[in-house]
Amino acid sequence: MTSSLARPRINRLFRFQWEPAQQAHVLLYPEGMVKLNQSAGEILKRCDGSTSVAEIVADLESAFNASNLAADVDAFLIMADAQNWITWSET
Amino acid sequence: MNAPLLIPQRPGPLWLLAEVTYRCPLHCAFCYNPVDFTQAGPELSTDDWLKVIRQARELGAAQFGISGGEPLLRDDIEILVAEARQLGFYTNLITSGVGLTEARLAALKAAGLDHIQLSFQDATREANDLITNTRTFDLKRKVAAMTKAAGYPTVINCVLHRSNIDHLDRIIEMAVEIGAEYLELANTQYHGWAFLNRQSLMPTEAQLAEAEAVTERWRQRLGKTMRILFVTPDYQSKKPKKCMNGWGEVFLSVTPDGLALPCHTARMLPGLEFPDVREHDIDWIWHESPLFNRFRGTAWLPETCQSCDEKDNDHGGCRCQAFMLTGDAGATDPVCPKSPDHALIDAALAEAERPGTVKPLVFRDPKNAVKLGRAF
Repeated sequence: MTSSLARPRINRLFRFQWEPAQQAHVLLYPEGMVKLNQSAGEILKRCDGSTSVAEIVADLESAFNASNLAADVDAFLIMADAQNWITWSET
Repeated sequence: MNAPLLIPQRPGPLWLLAEVTYRCPLHCAFCYNPVDFTQAGPELSTDDWLKVIRQARELGAAQFGISGGEPLLRDDIEILVAEARQLGFYTNLITSGVGLTEARLAALKAAGLDHIQLSFQDATREANDLITNTRTFDLKRKVAAMTKAAGYPTVINCVLHRSNIDHLDRIIEMAVEIGAEYLELANTQYHGWAFLNRQSLMPTEAQLAEAEAVTERWRQRLGKTMRILFVTPDYQSKKPKKCMNGWGEVFLSVTPDGLALPCHTARMLPGLEFPDVREHDIDWIWHESPLFNRFRGTAWLPETCQSCDEKDNDHGGCRCQAFMLTGDAGATDPVCPKSPDHALIDAALAEAERPGTVKPLVFRDPKNAVKLGRAF
C-alpha cells in the first residue's frame, strides 16, 4: 500500500501529455509510448509531486462524483511505481 | 447540420525517423546503412525536413528520431528538434556522440530535446577503436558524462557481434559506471554493411547463450536502476520478427535524400518506387503510396505463411532479409524454420561455429562504398 501522505510525481524519464490522434493521455519515453486509459490518465494528471495520494483521491472523487476510489488509486500507483512511471517526493 | 461521416481510418505513423545524413565520422563494420550510400542524392534542406516533421505530426506521429550517419554533422538539427518539440513530439537524438560539444548540447537542450541515445561499441579503448576504425573511445565517455550533467537520462546502445560479445560483462559494468538508466544490447542484424561482414560478425551459439546469461545476472542485480534490453538476433532466435511492428503500421523513415521508407533498410528492395517527400505529402505516402501498401497487412503473404497460425504475429518476418537471402522480397523470411529457404540460415550458423575461417572486416567508408558498388 502507498502512504496516503506520499506525493507521487511523474518520473523524469517520462513525458505525460494528451495526444489528440489517440484521444488519450500517453506517457512518452525514449523511443516508446504507453497509451493510458481514462482513469490512468486522470490519476497521472494529478501526480505533480506536491499533491498527496489522499488529496488525489479526494480530487478524483469530487471531479467524477464518485466515492471509495482510494483502493483503485492505490492499486494503480503501485503498478505505476513498479513500471517506473512515478517517483515519490519526500513527505 | 450533417454529422460528419465516421469512416474508420488506418492510424497514421507513430514514429518518424529522420536519417538526416549518411555522412559519419565512424566506420563501423556492422552499420545497417546501404553499402552504396555514396550514390544517394543530395541531402534534404532544413525546410524540407521541417515540412516532413509538421506533416507527420499532423498524422499523429509522437516519436521523432534524428539519426544517420552521424546527425551532428548537420548544423540544423537544433532547428528540427525545436520544431518537433514545439509540435508535441518526443524528440530522440541517436548519435555516436562525435561532434557533441558543450555548446551544441546546450543548444539542443534549449530546443527541447528529450533524449539522447549514445552508441558505445565496446568497453575497452582497443576494441572500440578497432571496430569503428577510429579513435573515439575516450570521447564517448566524456560525452556520456556531459549529457548526464545536462540532466538527460543516459541511454546507451551497444551493438553486439562476434568480437565484442565476450566483453559483455565489462560492457554492462561500464554502463553502470556511467550511470545509464537504459542499456540496449542490440545483436547485429545483418543488413547493409553488416550483411557484407556477416561471417566476421556472427557470434557462435555458445557466445550468445553466455551473453544472455550475463545479461540476466546483471538484470537481477540492478533491478529498476538500469533497464537492460537484449535484442536477440533473428538468425539465432529461429523466429521471424514482425518487422518494424508491421510494414506501414507504425514506422516511417525518411532517408537523407528524401525517400520515405517503411523501415530503415527498404531502399535496397528492387522494383519498388520510393516516394520522395519533396513530391508527395506524408498523408499520401502513408495511406496511398504503392510502397507503403505493398507489404501491408497479411493479404500478400506467400502460401507458407498464409497457412501458418503465426502470420498475424510475424507478418512473414523481414522483407529485406527475405530479399537479401533469397532474391525475393515477397518470400517468407528464411529465419523461419518453416521457410523453404531456411537451409540458408542453418548454413550461416554452421559457418559461425567453424573456427579459423573469419574474414577481415570491411569498414563502412566512402572509399569502400565506391569500390564495392552494391547495396548490401
